Amino acid sequence: MAGFQAASDIAGSVRDGSTTAAEIVEQYLGRISDRDGEIHAFNVVTADLAREQAAAVDALVAAGRDPGPLAGVPIALKDNMCTSGVATTCSSRILEGWVPPYDGTVVETLRRAGAVLVGKTNLDEFAMGSSTENSAFGPTRNPLDTSRVPGGSSGGSAAAVAAGFAALSFGSDTGGSIRQPAALCGVVGVKPTYGRVSRYGLVAFASSLDQIGPFTHSVADAALALQTVCGHDPHDSTSIPEPLPDYSELLDAGVEGLRVGRITDLPEGADPDVDERLEQAFDALRAAGATIVDVEVPAFGYGLTAYYLIAPAEASSNLARYDGVRYGLRVDAPTTDAMYMATRAAGFGDEVKRRVLLGTYALSAGYYDAYYGKALRIRRLMAQDFARAYEQADVLLTPSSPSVAFPFGSKTADPYAMYLCDTYTIPANLTGDPGMSVPFGTGADDLPVGIQVLAPALGEPVMLRVAAELERTAGGAS
Amino acid sequence: MSERWTHDGWEMVVGLEVHVELATETKLFSPSPNRFGDEPNTNIDPVTLGLPGALPVLNHHAVELAMRIGLALNCTVQPCTFARKNYFYPDMPTSYQISQYEDPINVDGHLDLPDGSRVGIERAHLEQDAGKSTHIGGGAGRVHGAAHSLIDLNRAGVPLVEIVSRPDIRSPEQAKAYVAELRAILLTIGASDAKMEEGSMRVDANVSVRRPGDEFGTRCEIKNVNSVRSVGRAIDYEARRQITLIESGEEVRQQTRHWDEGDGRTHTLRDKEDADDYRYFLEPDLVPLVPSAAWLDSVRAELPPLPAARRIRLAEAAGLETDSEAVSILVERGQDDYVFAVQAAGGDIGRAVVHLKEAFADAGPSPTVPAADLAGLTAMEVAGSLTATQAKAVVAELIDQGGGSAETIAAAKGFEAMDTSELEAMVDDAIAAQPDAWAKFCAGEGKAMGALVGHIMKASRGQADGKVVSQILHQRKG
Repeated sequence: MAGFQAASDIAGSVRDGSTTAAEIVEQYLGRISDRDGEIHAFNVVTADLAREQAAAVDALVAAGRDPGPLAGVPIALKDNMCTSGVATTCSSRILEGWVPPYDGTVVETLRRAGAVLVGKTNLDEFAMGSSTENSAFGPTRNPLDTSRVPGGSSGGSAAAVAAGFAALSFGSDTGGSIRQPAALCGVVGVKPTYGRVSRYGLVAFASSLDQIGPFTHSVADAALALQTVCGHDPHDSTSIPEPLPDYSELLDAGVEGLRVGRITDLPEGADPDVDERLEQAFDALRAAGATIVDVEVPAFGYGLTAYYLIAPAEASSNLARYDGVRYGLRVDAPTTDAMYMATRAAGFGDEVKRRVLLGTYALSAGYYDAYYGKALRIRRLMAQDFARAYEQADVLLTPSSPSVAFPFGSKTADPYAMYLCDTYTIPANLTGDPGMSVPFGTGADDLPVGIQVLAPALGEPVMLRVAAELERTAGGAS
Repeated sequence: MSERWTHDGWEMVVGLEVHVELATETKLFSPSPNRFGDEPNTNIDPVTLGLPGALPVLNHHAVELAMRIGLALNCTVQPCTFARKNYFYPDMPTSYQISQYEDPINVDGHLDLPDGSRVGIERAHLEQDAGKSTHIGGGAGRVHGAAHSLIDLNRAGVPLVEIVSRPDIRSPEQAKAYVAELRAILLTIGASDAKMEEGSMRVDANVSVRRPGDEFGTRCEIKNVNSVRSVGRAIDYEARRQITLIESGEEVRQQTRHWDEGDGRTHTLRDKEDADDYRYFLEPDLVPLVPSAAWLDSVRAELPPLPAARRIRLAEAAGLETDSEAVSILVERGQDDYVFAVQAAGGDIGRAVVHLKEAFADAGPSPTVPAADLAGLTAMEVAGSLTATQAKAVVAELIDQGGGSAETIAAAKGFEAMDTSELEAMVDDAIAAQPDAWAKFCAGEGKAMGALVGHIMKASRGQADGKVVSQILHQRKG
C-alpha cells in the first residue's frame, strides 16, 4: 500500500539497530503534521509521549535488551481505549475532561511490546456509526478521496494506517467497525474471535459484541499484531484461556485443498462492482487450489434486526454510567434527576440518544420478550446456522461492505441506510466468530473493495491463510 | 410455634428479605478491600468507580460464602447467572447493580426456628452493594430537602447475599426469631459479621394481612428496619395500619414504606406505579457460574455444626431445655465449644454454663481464660469449697487476669471453705435470733426463709453457701 513500511520491517530494523525508533517516530509525526489537518484521523496526537516511548525503546536496544516484538512501531489507538494520563473521549462531549487513571490491557501489552503511541483516533461517538460522521469532534476524511467517508466507527484508525500516520492501528468492532472502514480505506482489518483480545480498558458499547482488532497494511502485519494482543486476561471474565497458535505460520501455505464457502442466501444489496470483486475472489481461490462450496445461512438476513436490538439494549445499560456524578461533563440543575437529564441531553449526540432510547425500550417490562428476547433467539439461530455452514466450509467469503467509500452526508439523513453498511459484518459479532477484511482490487471511482473472510471460532489461522492468498492475487483483480 | 398474632380476626402474612454483607477480604468484582469504617472513598478502583472500560471479575471467596449460606439454609445450590438491574442513583456508579435474577445460586431452602416452626427460603442470591449517600443541610437526613449529598463508595461493590424468605411468617415474635436464628447461622458459618447496627445485616419486610384461609392481601415493603426489636415493632405497626385501613373501607395500596424508629410508624416512600422498571438482562461482562460438584462437596464438608444442632448438643450435655435462654445465648456467642472444653478439663458443665452466661458476654467464642482454669473453679464449687457468691468473685478475677488458679485467687481473697458444723451453728444462732421468722417458715411461708438466710449471710460476711443454708433450714423444719 502506497509504499508504507511494514510494521514487521520497522520492528526488525529497530531491533537489529539498523535504524532507531526515534528516527521512525519523526517520519510518522512528520506525515501527521503534514496531512492530519486535512484528514482528522486523530483526536489527539501524543507526540511527546511517542518520542519518550521511542527513546525508551532505543535505550533498550542500546543496552542489549529485548525491546519487544513491535519495537519502535508507531501505532494509533481508537479513542475508546483507556490510556493512563491521556484523555479518552470516545469522540463524545460527555467524557469531556476525563483522563483515565489506568491503561487498558491492550494498551499496556502494546507498550510492553515496544510499540510507540502516536495518537488516539477519531470514531463515531461511542463507536456508534459507519462513517465517523457521528463524532462530536467532526468527521474523519478518507485519505484516498477526502470527499468521502473512511467508514466507521473506527474510521480514524483505518485512515491513520491508510495515510501512513501509523504503521498499524487498533480499533474495536461491534458490528463491523473494523472490517467496514478497513474495506473503505483499502487496508487490512481483523475482528478476532470474541474473547481473544481483552476488553479490559475498552470503553463498552455492546459488551457481548465488542472486540478489539488491528488495522494493517498487510496480512502478515495483521498476524504480527494479533500475536501481540491476543491472549487470556484475568481482568476480562469473557476472555478465552486457550493457548495462542502461531498466526504467521500458515500465511504462505496457500489454499490448496481448503473449502471456501459461498453463502447462497446472502442478503442482496451489494453494489455490482463489489459483487464482481467477490466473484473474482472466489475465482482466484479456486485457481489457487481451493474448492468453492455453496452453503446456506438462513439466519444471515436477520442479523441486522437482531443486532439493532441487542447492541442498543446493552448500550443503554453501558452508557448509563455517564450521569454527571463522578467524571466527565456535568450540566448543573436543581435536582439530581434534572442534572442527569441536562447532562445527558447536552453530552450525547443524536445517534447515541437514538440507540439508548431503542435499547431502553427493547428491555422494558412488557416489551422484553417481543424485542430483546426475540433478538437473542435469532442470535442462537445464527450460531447454529454458521456452525452447520462451517461443517461444509473452512472459511466463508462475503463483501466487507455493500459499497466502496461513499460521500459525506449521503446517508446521514437516513439512519437505516447507514445501518445497512454493516449487513455483511454483523453476523460474526453475533456468533463471536472471527472475520477480517482484506483489500481486493477496486470498484467504482477506483476506490478499494474489501473482501470479508469469515472463519469459525478460533479459526484465525485459516482465515489469515486465505486472506494472504487473496492479498497475493489482488494485484490481478483491479 | 410462637404465639399466633391476630387482631380482630386478621392475621399477618410476612416475608423477609435479608441482605447480608459477606465477610470477604475484597469486593465482589474488584480487588479493593471490603472493610467498614475506613476514610470515605479510599477503598476504590476503576471497577468500583464504574470507570469507562473497567470490567468485573467474580470473587470466588464470595461465591464460597454464598454456597455456605445456601447449604446452611437447606437450599439447592445450582448453576447460576448474573444480571444487570438498571437504575439511576448517585451512589450506584455504573447505574446498574450486578445481581442474580433468573438463576440465583441458592433456591428452595428452609430455616427451622427454635420454637419448632419452619420458614421457607425462596432464594439466597449474590449481588453487589451500592455506595453510601449522606444527605446534609436540611431534609432530616433524607435526600428531599437536603442542601447537598456526600457519596462514599467504600461500600460500593461489597458482596451481599440477599436471603428471601417465603411469606411463611405469622407473628412479630416469629419474625424476630427468624432474624435472630439467621444471624446465629451466619456467624457460625463465618459468612458475615451480621452487625445490624453497622448495616452488614439489613432487613426489609413484606407485610400483608388477611382473614386466615383467605388469599394473600396487598403487601407493603417496609425498609430501614435496623434491629431485631424493630423487626417486631415495624411489622406489628404495619399490620395494624393495614387492618385499620381495610376496616374503615379503604384499600391497602402496594407501596414501599419507611420504618421510622423514632415515631414508631411506617411512612410512604413510593407507590408501586412509581417503581422503577429495572430492565434486567444477563450481565454480558460475566460468564455463567457453575459450582462444580467437588467444590460443593468440599464446602459442605467444611460446614461447621449449625446453631440448632449445637443447641441440642449443649442442652443435652448440660441437662437444660433446648430453647432455654442460657443455651441460646451461649450458642449465639459461639461459646458452646468452650463449655465442652471446660467439661473435658474436669469442670462441671452446669456451673460452667451459668458463669459463661453471666460473666462472659464480651468474651467472644474463645475466652482468654483457659478452660482448665474455669474447670478448676467449678470443681471447687462442686467440692463445696466455694459458695456461689465467692465463685462469682473468683470468676471476675479470672477474667480480669485472663486466667489463673482458682484456688490461689480464692486463698488470696481469704475465702475459706466453711464446713457444715460451722454453718449448723450459724443456723442455730439465726433461729434463736429470729423466732418469728422461724415460726412462719415452719408454718409453710417460704418467704420467711429470706430473713433467716439474710441473718446467716451477714454473720458469715457473705461467705456462706446459700444453697447449703437452705438445705439445712429445710432439714431442720423436718
